[in-house]
Amino acid sequence: MANPSGIGASVRRVEDARFLTGRGNYVDDINRPNQTHCILVRSPHAHARILGVDASEALQAPGVIAVFTGADMGADKVGSLPCGWQVHFKDGTPMKEPPHFPIACDRARYVGDIVAAVIAETRDQARDAAELVMVDYEELPAVASSLKALEPNAPIVHDEAPGNVCFDWHIGDAAVVDAAFAGAAHVAKLDLINNRLVPNPMEPRAAVGDYDASSGEHTLYTTSQNPHVIRLLMGAFVLGIPEHKLRVVAPDVGGGFGSKIFHYGEEAIVTWAARKLGRPVKWTSDRSEAFLSDAHGRDHVSHAEMAMDKDGNFLALRVSTIANMGSYLSTFAPSIPTYLYATLLAGQYKTPAIYAEVKAVFTNTAPVDAYRGAGRPEACYLIERMVDVAAGVTGIDRAELRRRNFIPVEAMPYLTPVALQYDSGDFAKNLDIALPMVDYAGFAARKADSARRGKLRGIGLSTYIEACGIAPSNIAGALGARAGLYESAEVRFHPTGSVTVFTGSHSHGQGHETTFAQIVADRFGIPIENVEIVHGDTSKIPFGMGTYGSRSLAVGGSALVKAMDKVERKAKKIAAHMLEAAETDIEVKDGRFTVAGTDKSLGIGDIALQAYIPHNFPLDELEPGLDEQAFYDPKNFTYPNGCHVCEVEIDRDTGVVEIVNFAAVDDFGHVINPMIVEGQVHGGLVQGIGQALYENCVYDEDSGQLITGSYMDYCMPRADNVPSFTVKYHEDQPCTHNPLGVKGCGEAGTIGASAAVINAVVDALSEYGVTHIDMPATPEKVWQILRQGSPAAMAAE
Amino acid sequence: MPTTVTMTVNGKTVSREVEERTLLVNFLRDKIGLTGTHVGCDTSQCGACVVHLDGNAIKSCSILAVQAEGASVTTIEGLAAADGTLHPMQAAFKEHHGLQCGYCTPGMVMSAVDLAKRNPSLTEQQVRQGLEGNICRCTGYHNIVKAVLAGADAMQAGAGERQPAEMAAD
Amino acid sequence: MYSFSFHRPKTLAEAASIQGGLEEPKLLGGGMTLVPTLKQRLARPSDLIDLSQIPELKGIRETAEGLEIGAFARHAEVAASDLVRRTIPALADLAGHIGDRQVRNLGTMGGSIANADPAADYPAAVLALKSTVKTDRREIDGDAFFTGMFETALEPAEIVAAVRYQRPGKAAYAKFRNPASRYAVVGVFVAVFGSEVRVAVTGAAGSVFRATELESALAADFRPEALEGITVQRDDLNADIHASADYRAHLVTVMAKRAVVACG
Repeated sequence: MANPSGIGASVRRVEDARFLTGRGNYVDDINRPNQTHCILVRSPHAHARILGVDASEALQAPGVIAVFTGADMGADKVGSLPCGWQVHFKDGTPMKEPPHFPIACDRARYVGDIVAAVIAETRDQARDAAELVMVDYEELPAVASSLKALEPNAPIVHDEAPGNVCFDWHIGDAAVVDAAFAGAAHVAKLDLINNRLVPNPMEPRAAVGDYDASSGEHTLYTTSQNPHVIRLLMGAFVLGIPEHKLRVVAPDVGGGFGSKIFHYGEEAIVTWAARKLGRPVKWTSDRSEAFLSDAHGRDHVSHAEMAMDKDGNFLALRVSTIANMGSYLSTFAPSIPTYLYATLLAGQYKTPAIYAEVKAVFTNTAPVDAYRGAGRPEACYLIERMVDVAAGVTGIDRAELRRRNFIPVEAMPYLTPVALQYDSGDFAKNLDIALPMVDYAGFAARKADSARRGKLRGIGLSTYIEACGIAPSNIAGALGARAGLYESAEVRFHPTGSVTVFTGSHSHGQGHETTFAQIVADRFGIPIENVEIVHGDTSKIPFGMGTYGSRSLAVGGSALVKAMDKVERKAKKIAAHMLEAAETDIEVKDGRFTVAGTDKSLGIGDIALQAYIPHNFPLDELEPGLDEQAFYDPKNFTYPNGCHVCEVEIDRDTGVVEIVNFAAVDDFGHVINPMIVEGQVHGGLVQGIGQALYENCVYDEDSGQLITGSYMDYCMPRADNVPSFTVKYHEDQPCTHNPLGVKGCGEAGTIGASAAVINAVVDALSEYGVTHIDMPATPEKVWQILRQGSPAAMAAE
Repeated sequence: MPTTVTMTVNGKTVSREVEERTLLVNFLRDKIGLTGTHVGCDTSQCGACVVHLDGNAIKSCSILAVQAEGASVTTIEGLAAADGTLHPMQAAFKEHHGLQCGYCTPGMVMSAVDLAKRNPSLTEQQVRQGLEGNICRCTGYHNIVKAVLAGADAMQAGAGERQPAEMAAD
Repeated sequence: MYSFSFHRPKTLAEAASIQGGLEEPKLLGGGMTLVPTLKQRLARPSDLIDLSQIPELKGIRETAEGLEIGAFARHAEVAASDLVRRTIPALADLAGHIGDRQVRNLGTMGGSIANADPAADYPAAVLALKSTVKTDRREIDGDAFFTGMFETALEPAEIVAAVRYQRPGKAAYAKFRNPASRYAVVGVFVAVFGSEVRVAVTGAAGSVFRATELESALAADFRPEALEGITVQRDDLNADIHASADYRAHLVTVMAKRAVVACG
């Protein structure tokens, strides 16, 4: 490798120096001069009419500066939090899109809905006063479950959405699918729930609003994955602040996993209140508040059927899903159970016909939106569970049935019946690598050994494919996206040869400051120490879409390459002038510009100096400077894929499931920093395992109260819940349509893991006649199966 | 009723007026300006706020500042040597990519140092159990465990060679 | 957290007397339950009496019958104590599995039993180890100490000073933890004193209790097999999203078996 910190090197992270010494700069670490503190009064009821808000007593409390209600914001014509994706009903009519004001005005629709904002000199004073705000509620019947919300006499969450239906959408050809089922030799059926989750980045959300009356400029510091998106949505739709007077800063952000993509009411409240009061306003979420008010993830109820011929070849898949949207449409909510879910239902298989219908439902629960994987884990889980059920129906080995139905590598590019065109992937190869990693062939012996120790053992496979970097913008727009899906980058060479990169991507754990710097160091043959990556501040970076959907490298990295291409093109012209050669004679390699066939050459540093001190510079032809910007709009999604294998042991006495082995093989295309990529996989796997075994967001069905409202009841995976992993990747199938050949790695672990775990659990329990268990496979749930006794034992009775 | 609290933080005596209901973590963050200690939950479970109090790892969100009157506190800011050399555990976290977003990291490192000090020869299982009071959402723990094992070894190897500021402060 | 006044008495007598004139004082041990409760604004004491500076509440001593452990003994201290590990190892083991390490570095035995959380671990030891609870004013039979969910025989303002545990012939504690909170879903302390077997169960019901069905079975035959098919028969078992009453009843037997095995 030419450059020790170039592409392919496990460069230790640049950002660690500050994080390891307590010098990170997270939003709650930011304190502005003369700052005030905001505590939000949230509805304790899942559904209630707000008859009045009496703040008179609160306003008398020590330190209180103001109490704001929805009416106050309404008087200032504050708008509804916009939804960024419009989905249509089957008949083409648009989805129901009820307003979502930052502070609820007439009705509270979930426990945690904001009804007032109390602002005081200290946080404790604001909290003291918040208890004194008297809200007159008329409680209304509530509905928390999507199935119950569809019942005929269910409470109605929004008058605009009869029957609580937000949209009833479909994809695929129902008639072709029906015909395939009619001729099927085998049909496998499956009902499953994809359980609701709370994303839980370790940093709770926070926001600080600041206003400079002299310039009329607003600044919002916020825990966001995409500050420009927040600036656009909040500025244009909610507060009516033009972009040049609104700066949004997302500094160090402590994890996001999707939950910090969205524009939340709290951001608008502190920004608006800061101007109102002429003082900065800070709000920091408690964890309990985060449980109530962060957008949740998943929450699907599905029925699926797979038609097969006599040899187990998949003929058709039919899926019907009910998706819980929660009380309001969060920023990208409608796209998750549709274009990021149903379009992935082909999985890795050449199933020729697929039809899926998705009914999205309003309930009196927190809004549901993207959470790591966002639709794709739901699709993968459904398909991979379905394949295992199909293996049971046909009696074909689970690995063999997958292999038989894989889209062959020769078929790439491959157009699925649900609208995606996979560009690359060798699914059989992933499986071939994975199975020996866990000694798949030796499983029976291990199972026998477990049995001797009184334990059950199971093994499960999951072969996933996902789609990253939603694109291109025009196609996404045609499908209802109300935003562009490109990314931006600016590469600014400084006179003495160091480089600052401004990226529209945002890093909140992904290590862009290292990975992106590697790409630049690699291209220009400079030490990584000479490259600085800047992100997260709309006053510094070009308009960018931020980081979600594993898009940063595939889209943001591509924009960076495009900007570097421009730098190189200009540098080449400058070099030609300096070297007194024709531009066509200049050869470029690792940042050196050489006249072909000679030893005359210049480094990029020499050229940068000349670009800024243009004494020997083609001023007639070029502007001075070496500072280029690019936007990249991808031609297609990228398609990371892989194979996960999980092996579990189950304690028959307690029902506790232990993961004894987990291997992951992934195809992410080219890899820039293997250490970081593997770290992303590890973290993703544990979120997938968390869903499968531990995590579950539970609302009381009748009252709509959140039962799992803290870490006392919401089970976060801890270090002693999970094993170490065996992780491999191969680079044989690079993405064919972006310059780095990269696919994205941020969500893969989460997408593949849940199905592998549950397939292993079901395998272990198969001797009890079990064909499916819903997530999470908690000890009690497993024990309830075990207590029924084995089929053999029951037959003997 | 405001009261004055005095304690030693990272080797320096500090004295501030606080409300009695002020948590130690808020004292450190808001009164001393040491924002490296984080708050990740309100039920004493996540461990983002772990500091050393008189040499023991504790959750600074679950103790009042007034309870720490007269005590010696070490935070993540006080772990590296005065010349900026990282503590062996900090260095191991960097080397083994034991952090991603960095939010749980200060608490995780402080817990790891305490764990390693008490157990000269840690096993993977002991590390996993020993970190049960620290939640990380990014890393899946895999690399944290590797880092703690390596950091503990480095602490063993380095013991006697130099006294990190933190040891002296404890 | 609501405002309160904070006191740090230096003696037990001072801690007792200081409470006299106060509106709603609350004793503060390690604070591992109280401080989070205050943070959630679920309690509103006028005053907190910090017991950390009182020498009389500290220390672990060997007695003729077993051990006397000061109320302010931190869980980590009990877990690591050579004396406890030698005298009643099951007690050290119990203390070493409360909460997490950081919680054990602050949490105290006295705080745990005075709070009487139905899912706390120490109450099982108090009940199983024929203990006596010493307070600032009297001695309370450990068997009579716990009176209900979060309720004890303590009078208002009474301060736990120490607990005397009797040394069993053998003993062990087995716990099935709540996967989220890590409190005991079910914790079973089995202790053998000659022909007497005590089986104390925490976590399963509103308050710690002795499982008499299991005790008599084990008194007759101290092997895990002796518990086969025996389930505690109670109608007050806890049920929540983590464990139904049926599952808890089942776990009591399973954990009791494991404790018997661990007794050796």
